[in-house]
Amino acid sequence: MSSGTLFDKVWDLHQVAKLPGGSSQLFIGLHLIHEVTSPQAFAALKDKGLNVFCPDRTVATVDHIVPTTNQNRPFSDPLAEEMLVTLESNCLNHDIKLYGIGSGHQGIVHVIAPELGLTQPGMTIACGDSHTSTHGAFGAIAFGVGTSQVRDVLASQSLAMNKLKVRRIFVEGNLNEGVYAKDLILHIIRELGVKGGVGYAYEFAGPAIQALSMEERMTICNMSIEGGARCGYINPDEVTFEYLQGRLCAPIEDSWNRATNWWRSLCSEENAIFDDEVLLNAAKIAPTVTWGITPGQSISIDENIPTPDCLEQSDRSIAEEGYKYMGLRPGTPIKGTPVDVCFIGSCTNGRISDLQAAAKIAKGQNVARGVKAFVVPGSEQVAQEAKAERLDEIFREAGFEWRDPGCSMCLAMNPDRLEGRQISASSSNRNFKGRQGSSSGRTLLMSPAMVAAAAITGEVTDVRILLNKAL
Amino acid sequence: MDSNSSFPKGKIQNIRGRCLILSGDDIDTDRIIPARFLKCVSFENLGEQVFADDRKELNGDHPFDQKINKGASILIVNQNFGCGSSREHAPQALMRWGIRAIIGQSFAEIFYGNCLALGIPCGTMSEHKIATLETIISENPMEEWKLDLNQETLNNHKTSLGLNYQPGALEMLRTGRWDATYQLTSNSDKLTQKLKNLPYLNQFNN
Repeated sequence: MSSGTLFDKVWDLHQVAKLPGGSSQLFIGLHLIHEVTSPQAFAALKDKGLNVFCPDRTVATVDHIVPTTNQNRPFSDPLAEEMLVTLESNCLNHDIKLYGIGSGHQGIVHVIAPELGLTQPGMTIACGDSHTSTHGAFGAIAFGVGTSQVRDVLASQSLAMNKLKVRRIFVEGNLNEGVYAKDLILHIIRELGVKGGVGYAYEFAGPAIQALSMEERMTICNMSIEGGARCGYINPDEVTFEYLQGRLCAPIEDSWNRATNWWRSLCSEENAIFDDEVLLNAAKIAPTVTWGITPGQSISIDENIPTPDCLEQSDRSIAEEGYKYMGLRPGTPIKGTPVDVCFIGSCTNGRISDLQAAAKIAKGQNVARGVKAFVVPGSEQVAQEAKAERLDEIFREAGFEWRDPGCSMCLAMNPDRLEGRQISASSSNRNFKGRQGSSSGRTLLMSPAMVAAAAITGEVTDVRILLNKAL
Repeated sequence: MDSNSSFPKGKIQNIRGRCLILSGDDIDTDRIIPARFLKCVSFENLGEQVFADDRKELNGDHPFDQKINKGASILIVNQNFGCGSSREHAPQALMRWGIRAIIGQSFAEIFYGNCLALGIPCGTMSEHKIATLETIISENPMEEWKLDLNQETLNNHKTSLGLNYQPGALEMLRTGRWDATYQLTSNSDKLTQKLKNLPYLNQFNN
């Protein structure tokens, strides 16, 4: 059993009681809600005659269903409009702060909470969305929950949960030029598998992790769930504090100093005990692309799609399913695969540094003929920053569409979607069958810079070649 | 389709019904219920939409469409079932189709918790046992089984297979305390204490 880790310390601090059956009642310091997984929770609350226990510890935004081309109300899709109206009335009735469209802070829930300074080290954070693991980048214990648990958090600011084991993933070395946090996390998932993390919280540590910016750390923790780990975190350090200082909801003045002292005290001890440890080397990682239908089915840009005989027996049947669905042949290169749609955005890679990395590739270039490419900033704040840096102009001049903030084509609960068998180069997090809105649509996951490179050349391309040309 | 009245309620100790096999590892919640069906403010109509895209692709041959499986209530799956998105719409859709228990090699964690919150037990068996079970079911798909949560066994008239449950989850199901809201809200004094003690809720003075 782990001890002395940040996970243990934060867990112990938030444990309210042991419940009959042996699970723990865990206090939730910050609850984030959105329009998709909350309406039924509010309805259940009403059914049970309960109130929201701590309205000021829940914050709402709208992200999944918002259109990214025209956000005027009412939305043209009546179901989307109904969901937002329901969220608005639930927030109003229960005194919950909602960052709606045009508030200056609307955006993908996992983008806005960090940028507002709501996400802080040492908190427990829950949201009815599996990518809540993102917030672990700050040294918070953050995890996705279902709608019944959203109801429970609304009713009691707490959850029934079993303690997770802790696996430390220690990454030494440094990422090479043209290799990004996205490549690192895709590589980790490839190494440990999509179910490797079930039952675990992942602590990401080591020099390669410490060298990452906060936004890169969010990309890493965001995709913990794709590796099966409900929660992933990074010990807070000066990078964390520098990011937080001055943000709207961050502590100020005297309490800032007290806060940083407390945050430092939460870090995993040098002699902490982990349930498992894994060692990886960042310097060996190349730009990585998925070829199949799970985020674990990835290869580096120079590799060929694996043949069944070089896979573990247990991975073969899902590989066969992957070849068939994707229409890609084992033993052939992924490089040069033609793409139809290029999507830059999502809670994984829709932040300002992601757009900067993609814009660096797009600058002065043109989107290949026949390719539809679009950029969706993760929040109104990201959009504003991008415009201040004129990134929107760079993208537009290169032939990308510049959109309004939202989840967009990551999961296609809005008008942005693949058609038929289209294949996308996508900076999002899931390449599941049908994920991007067409039941036969295909997704290749990669870093935002790699998506930009694919948009320019019309095919899966090694971004390092374009980067060298740009120099 | 089952009516609302037969949704899980109270103590869950025995589940009787036919088994339905859904083969494959890593079946994600986007496949169980595609995102476009999440555009709803109630779970009511999800039963018909379960596995919508997979079923369309198989044109009547999907296990959830095969006549022989109509009315089955125990779902047999393989590894990492329910991975991906946290949408409770996935177990809701399964439950509203008629599923009352799931048995597999392993489950994704959020999905497991979502099932528990609905009173749907997720039990695990080894790969070998699942394969044995699948063979028996394929030979006689109309056979009735009894899932006994007290004995932790799945039985028909001649076979009894042991299976595993997380002890806490099992206890909650057997005693009817799987709906956590009541327990959580009954500790309001301790919750108030947390509000007063957590450093970040008190200007870091604690």
